Formats: sequence, structure tokens, C-alpha cells
Amino acid sequence: MIYTESLTKYFDNFLAVDAVNLDVRQGQILVLLGPNGAGKTTTARMLTSILVPSAGTAKVAGYDVVREADRVRASVGVLTEHHGLYGRMNPVEYLEFYAALFGMDRTRATRRIDELLEQFGLTQARKQRLGEYSKGMRQKLALVRALIHDPPVLLLDEPTSAMDPESARMVRDSIRTLRSEQRTILMCTHNLSEAEELADQIAIIRRGRVILNDTPVNIKSILLGPEEFEVQLAGSLDGRMGDWPDGVALTAQDENWLRFKIENPQTTNPMLLRRLLEQDMRVVSFNLVARSLEDAYIQAVMHDTPSGKAPLA
Amino acid sequence: MIPLLGRRRLLSAFSPSLIVARREVRDQFRDWRIIIPILFLTLFFPFLMNFTAQQILGFVQQYGATIIGERLVPFLLMIVGFFPISASLVIALESFVGEKERGSIEPLLSSPIKDWQLYLGKLISSIVPSLAASFLGMGVYLIGLVLKGVRLPEANLLVQIFMLTIAQAIVMVSGAVVVSTQATSVKAANLLASFIIIPMALLIQGEAVVMFWGRETLSLWWIVFGLIVLAALFVRIGLAHFQREELLGREIDVLNVRWGWRVFRQGFSGGAKTLRQWYRQAVSASLHSLRFSLLAVVVLAIIGVVIGVQQTRNFEILMPSMQMDERLETVLDILPVSSAAPVALILWQNVRVLIVALVFGICSFGILGVIPIFATMALLGFLVQTLANNGIPAEMTILGLILPHGVFEIPALILAGAAVLQIGVVLATPTSKRTVGEVFLTSLAEWMRVVVGIILPLLILAAIIETWVTPRIGLVLFR
Repeated sequence: MIYTESLTKYFDNFLAVDAVNLDVRQGQILVLLGPNGAGKTTTARMLTSILVPSAGTAKVAGYDVVREADRVRASVGVLTEHHGLYGRMNPVEYLEFYAALFGMDRTRATRRIDELLEQFGLTQARKQRLGEYSKGMRQKLALVRALIHDPPVLLLDEPTSAMDPESARMVRDSIRTLRSEQRTILMCTHNLSEAEELADQIAIIRRGRVILNDTPVNIKSILLGPEEFEVQLAGSLDGRMGDWPDGVALTAQDENWLRFKIENPQTTNPMLLRRLLEQDMRVVSFNLVARSLEDAYIQAVMHDTPSGKAPLA
Repeated sequence: MIPLLGRRRLLSAFSPSLIVARREVRDQFRDWRIIIPILFLTLFFPFLMNFTAQQILGFVQQYGATIIGERLVPFLLMIVGFFPISASLVIALESFVGEKERGSIEPLLSSPIKDWQLYLGKLISSIVPSLAASFLGMGVYLIGLVLKGVRLPEANLLVQIFMLTIAQAIVMVSGAVVVSTQATSVKAANLLASFIIIPMALLIQGEAVVMFWGRETLSLWWIVFGLIVLAALFVRIGLAHFQREELLGREIDVLNVRWGWRVFRQGFSGGAKTLRQWYRQAVSASLHSLRFSLLAVVVLAIIGVVIGVQQTRNFEILMPSMQMDERLETVLDILPVSSAAPVALILWQNVRVLIVALVFGICSFGILGVIPIFATMALLGFLVQTLANNGIPAEMTILGLILPHGVFEIPALILAGAAVLQIGVVLATPTSKRTVGEVFLTSLAEWMRVVVGIILPLLILAAIIETWVTPRIGLVLFR
């Protein structure tokens, strides 16, 4: 549904997006992660046919972003960085305006507006002017606007920013529902836990280049190395330190706990546990140490090499 | 008659523009900052003008100057109509730049609306309400005149004023769009809008002159025609630059002097490394690109001479018997060969004409930039014919007093006119690859290239000959 090949964008001599390749299938969510100015918004704007690529190709919902720009725009729902509401209108007027621009007839538009306002908890505020809306409500309405024409593809820039936790959860649930309805979603966010929670694929973009594009689990594994496990012991180690099976590396220890990086936990963990017990260590717990996407992300974007490329690019 | 299918297609093509226009008009009518001034200008101001007209009519009649009063009535009608449409400029800037500034343009650009449809919708929404207010105000003013028993201006003039009001509104709004493509904040756009407001204020003054003094000779229709041409050029440029790419490509209003200088320098040098290369490549390329403008200015110069000659019939000057050789002797005393000051003075006079032509040209897509050339040639024709009418043969005047320096000065001035006209031609030729600012700087650099490379050397030469050689040749011929 979203496919790009060597998508590139120059602003004069500035390379904003550098040969980006993406492939997002129907019913998948791709999260674009990257620091400010990395090229996420420019990529999204090319995918909505607002900006014309300097090189490369892109297809959205099966349409070419340059040659079939109108069809692309008609097939995409966009939540922009700035919600862009008109303060003197009420939500119904606002949504009717966009429904008309998308060529929806009045009956269908009215039904869809009622349905979406209800879904996002805005029915009570349907007569209020948008200028009186809170930040979170504006964000929700902007999302409603993106959904008004029932598009198969959604490009969402920071969908939960400025929202209270309850509203953010509602929006996240809605995004999951949209995915289950087989819509394709490209999301830009700085909220890494949200990205981890929702993404099928994560593309980390830096200086206009996608430096990593994989599932969240694989990204963590690639960037942070083998998974880490912590063993809690009853009583102290008392200097007992055995030799560990192959593929096990002790990374930290204290009086009554040990941490290991284990390359192949499925086969190595039972061996390690046996070894611990053989050494008369009373194991209380054997747990996977939680690793955040944030650690992986920081690793990806901060780790600079003299060539200016990330180590894994 | 448009076939049904064609009409439907036409309606559906314009439908998005009307949707945008409807929303914007509705939004304007909810904004008290727009409504209150428009209401004031529509309802209160015409009454004030009625009162003013009545008072002035009474006053000038006491002194038998009824013609001033009669001509004031339509002039005030024009003013009543102009004030509400001046709001259209503000509305347009708010509509085009305000959306950019608030970030509400991006969702619009993400919808399937085409660039021209959005442009047209915004154009309609900026023009129609202020124009409606303007017509309402003019209606109130005219009704007031009828009720007070003041004679209405003739129908032809009324139509001219209404057309003038429409043309001015379109010029201001379409000009505002061009300005707004160069700004991302309303504040910056308002500052840039002075490039529209000041010429419009000058135009109103010009229209006042025409309405009070020159109505018989110079019809207001010419001004209407000129404004419509200008509006068409603005719309053309606006459409070329009102594009998604350009609207969202520009992020901040920073005066990038370094960039501006780079563009200008590149335009001026044309990439040449040496003076010889510059003349052979850059200057000759400029001359080549000037060929059509040059032709237009030459034609205009010839027309100027003919008009100048013809005007001697309307403004006949009979001189006392002239001793040309004595007069030339006096000139020789004033212009000694050793003195460079008169050369500098003549040169400065010509450079001043170049600058005035440039300023006029920038404000009018080059059109008014040829006026100094046209006026000079008309004056020349008038002078030669007047001297001929006073017994000095035209060929002697031309050979003795004009041609020695004129062979350099006249081509230089014609070239200068063409260079200014070319700025307008380049500005009015839209290119989506470059911004308006970039096009303007490049065209200015090309003008400078021609001025520095050809016109100035010719003018220096002409000034030297005019000071040191022409009077002496004249003296030989007239003795």
C-alpha cells in the first residue's frame, strides 16, 4: 500500500530525504522514528503528493505520487503536525467542509461525521467553536478529519501529542482498530513506547536516510545485542563463580544477583539454570531484563561514526 | 451554448473553488475585525461623503466654480467604492498567508483540490465580500445624492467607476497573492503589501487628476484596461507560484542577504570569469534576450517622435528671431572643453532617468518604465518641429544638435527602456522552478548587466560629446 524506492528530496542544495526505501503492506503500521529535521515530515509530504520527489518513486494505495497525485490525495487521510483547525467554525461545519472537498455527498458525510464524533468522544462538544477546544480535543478532531473520507491509507504525524493519557489510549485503540480494518498506517512519532506498542515495522531515519527498518523486536536485538537475563539468588554468592555455558556472557553482578547476555536463550537458558543449581546456587527467579526501544533508538541516532553514518546503516 | 455534459464537468471543476470560497466568506462574516470596518465604510462613510459633496458643491458655487463641484461628485463615488475594496487586500493576505502561518494550509493541500481551484476559491472569497460592500456603499452614496437633489454623474462615467473599482479589487487581491507567496507570516506579508498599497495610492491620485482635469482627453477606460492587464499578469504569476511545493517549501521569513547577493551576482556575471568572457557571453546573451523588448521600445520611440511632432499643432511656440550661432557661442562659454563638471551633470541627469524608469518599471511589470524614453522622444520630436516652425531646418537641428551625441545617447536610452521592459516580461513569465524573489533578483541583475556593460559606457561617451563636441559642430553648421 505504501511503497517507495530511492525516494529523494532536495531543497535547493540541501538533501532532506536521501534514497528512502519503504514497503508497508495493507493492514500494517510503519512508524517513522528520527530526531527533529531528520526528514520524516518531508517523506510524509511526498507520500501525500504535497511535495514532488527530486528522485526516486513512490506509490501510495497503488497510485504514483507524481503522476496520480489527485488519486493519492483522495486515498490518504492525513494528520498533520499542526492540527490546522478553523477556530470560528464548529466541528460539524469543519468536517462538512472537508467531506465536501473529498467529494462526499451530504447524507454520507452527515452519517460519517456523527459516527466519528461519537467514536472519539466529541459528540458533546459538537456545537462548540473549535477555538474553544482544548489541545487534546483539537488533536482528536484533526484525526477525525483525516478519517472523514474513510481512506485506506493513513499518514499520522504525532497522533497523540498534547493528549491526556485517557485520550491518548483512546486514540491508540482507534489506531489498532484501523489496522484491524486492514488500513495501512504510516506514523511519525517521538513517543517511543507508543511506537513499540503499535508498530509492525519501525524505520529509523536520520539526516534523511533510513538507517534501520525492521520489527521492534529485531531492532532492539540488532542495536542492543543479545537479550539479557537476571538471576536472583537466595543468599549471597560467597565468591562462587562457575564457568558458564557457551553463548553466555556475565554482564553484571552483585551480592545476590547476576546478569547475563545470552545469545540463544531457548537452548542456553536450561543449561545455565542447571549449571547454577549444580554450583549450589539457590535460584529465586530467572527473568528477562526489559529493554526499551528508547535505548535502541538512542543507540541508533546518537552513535556517530566519522563517515557520518550509523554503525548499522 | 455549453452542452449539458460539458456544463456539468465545468461545474464540477469549479465546485472545490466554491466550497473553499463559501467557507472563507462564512469565516470572514464571523470576524468582527473585518465586519466592523466594512460596515462603517459601507454605511457611515457614504453618508459622510454625501455631506462633504453637498457642502463643497455649495461652497464652489459661491465662486462660480461649479465644474469643480460637478467633478467632485464622481470622484467621491470612486473613493467611497475604493475604501471597502482596500479591505480585500487585508482579507487576501489573511487568507493566503494566515493559513500558512496557522498551519491550516497543509490539511487543505492534502485534500484532492487542485492548486488552481484553491487559488481561485481564495481569490473569490477575498474579492467578492469587499466588492459587495463597495457596491453597497456606492449605492448608498448615489441614493443619498438623489435624495438631496444632487445631479448624478452621466451613465458612462458611472460604469467607468464601477469597472475601475472591480479592476482595482482584482489587482490588489491578485497582487496580494504574489506577495503572500514570498511570506510565511501575516506580519511579513503586511510589510510586503506596501509594494501594492503605495502604487495603488499613486494610482488613485492619478485617477483623481484624470477625473478633475483630463476626463475629456484621457478616458478612465484606459486605466481600467491597464489595471485589467496588470491583474491578468498578477493572476498568471500567482497561479504559477501558488503551488503546494512552493507553499510548503518555504519555512521562515529570514532576509537571506547572502543568498540574495549570490543570486544577483550569478545573474550579473552569468558565470563569466573575465571581462572579455562577460561581454562575449553574458552581455551578448542579455542583448539577445532583449530583442523583442527592444523592438517594442523602438516602435514606441518612433510613436513618441510622431506624437511630439503632432503636438506642435496644439502647442505652437513662436520664438523671437533666433541667432543660433550667438546662442551656441554662449553654450560654448558654459561648456569649456577643459571642464568635466558639465559632463558629470549630463551623465547624472541620464542616470537619474534610468533610475526613475527602473522604479516605474518595477511597479508596473516594466510597462511604465518605458515612459521616460517615450517622453524624451516625444520631446525631441516636439523640439525639432518647433525649431523647424521657427525657420531652422529639421535636418540642421538633427545633424548639428542631436545626432553627434544622440547616436550614443538615443540607443542607450532605448536599450534602457528595453531592459526595464524585460524585467516585467521575465516577472510576468511564470516559472514554477524559481521563486518570485529569485526571478526578480535575476531580472534585476540582467538589467544591471546591460546598464553597466553597454548603457553606462554609451551615456558617458554621449555626455562627453554633448558637452565638448556637439556645440562646436552646431556652431560650424549654423554660422
